[in-house]
Amino acid sequence: MKNFLAFVASMGLGVMIILSLTSNEFFPEFGSADVSSRVSQGYIDRDVTEANVGVEFGVSENLESGPANIVTAIVADYRSFDTLGEVTVLFVSSLGVALLLGTAVQGRIKLDFRPNFMLKVGSRALFGIILMTGVFIIIHGHLTPGGGFPGGTMIASSILLLYLADDQFRTKVTSFKVLESFAGSLYVLIGIAGLFIADYFLVNFLDNGVLGELFSAGIVPIIYVLIGLKVGSEISGIIDNFLTEEVA
Amino acid sequence: MIQFAAIILMMLGLYGLLTQRNVIKIIISLNVLEIGLNLFIISVGYVDGGIAPIFTGVASTNAVNFVDPLPQALVLTAIVIGVGTTALGLALAKNIYQKYGTFELDEMGEE
Amino acid sequence: MSNVIDYFQAYQLVDWLSFMISILLVVLAFLAINSKSLIKAVMFISSLSMLAVVGFVVMKAPDVAVTEAVIGSGLVTSLFVFTLLGVGKVGQK
Repeated sequence: MKNFLAFVASMGLGVMIILSLTSNEFFPEFGSADVSSRVSQGYIDRDVTEANVGVEFGVSENLESGPANIVTAIVADYRSFDTLGEVTVLFVSSLGVALLLGTAVQGRIKLDFRPNFMLKVGSRALFGIILMTGVFIIIHGHLTPGGGFPGGTMIASSILLLYLADDQFRTKVTSFKVLESFAGSLYVLIGIAGLFIADYFLVNFLDNGVLGELFSAGIVPIIYVLIGLKVGSEISGIIDNFLTEEVA
Repeated sequence: MIQFAAIILMMLGLYGLLTQRNVIKIIISLNVLEIGLNLFIISVGYVDGGIAPIFTGVASTNAVNFVDPLPQALVLTAIVIGVGTTALGLALAKNIYQKYGTFELDEMGEE
Repeated sequence: MSNVIDYFQAYQLVDWLSFMISILLVVLAFLAINSKSLIKAVMFISSLSMLAVVGFVVMKAPDVAVTEAVIGSGLVTSLFVFTLLGVGKVGQK
């Protein structure tokens, strides 16, 4: 009976959502969104301050925002303050996991699993490849898909591989915490430097360069590298917390 | 088509949240709800024949028919926050198991 | 042969692809919520996340696709499995 009521409630809500969307003239049908009438067109044209001179890949210099990847331009430049709040949320979440699962004397969880020699050596070889892929994704975050969040998680996955292939392995958790606080503080310090140099918090005060080159986009690659370090160390800390327990 | 599937996914996640009595299954329902919501937000910005919002050698000027980049930026944020909430929920579930010896909500509080 | 290539180059392919993705998404979500075994539910939600990645690519969102592939399909699954391993629900013979 309870299940049936829940079924009716969720179905009714779904039908109401679909009906209200299909009869709404302001909601575009799938595939016919009008980007030019939205605020996103300003991000594509790089003219939210009405200073547009046209954008061309490999030619345009010193645009309002430098990254060739428009999503990166929004995440790490136009809405960078939002991203600062988001990494704070992730920090609070990793803090909560450490509070709930952390104990005074920690050791690895006892699993009924003995990795052999080949697995250990092979995982060490794969570790470098996965780590370099993560670093590549972070560094090219302003040119290609990816960026600090998936790259940082990929670095954490390489640490996870080491954890899985060796039943005694543990990373240096303290150095991860130091790295994480260093990256977070540097992010805020860059923002405050923008406050002093150009009057706005987190303003892009460096030279934007030519659109589409590796050394371009001002502070955006620096911020993405910091986000990658912060996310990678936080998620590595979460993985360590999940794979350890109190030892007597 | 994907838009309707996303709404159905959201409703399935809501149904799971309302009916499941297992902590792990509740977190799984929350994840299903989140995936459906992300798919729906992305689908709002889709344009037929559009190009992924990156300036490249092929799509080189701002006159190209890009899809809407703003929902993608928002969903990028939402996914990372989702992993934070999932990790926190799983840590809570582990503590619940250590205290009560079960994941089922109905079997708790008897001893 | 060229007919086949034309058919795949036209956007009917994407249309069929999104149709099949939608069906599989709903089926996998139903299985993930209704399966009795916890580890099976975790595996179903991992594959659901992987299918959502295909959906993101079809809707031209490569940034989100990369992030979801790494986080949703890799990391969240491993966290679920570690929780189940830590309490001895699975893997202990």
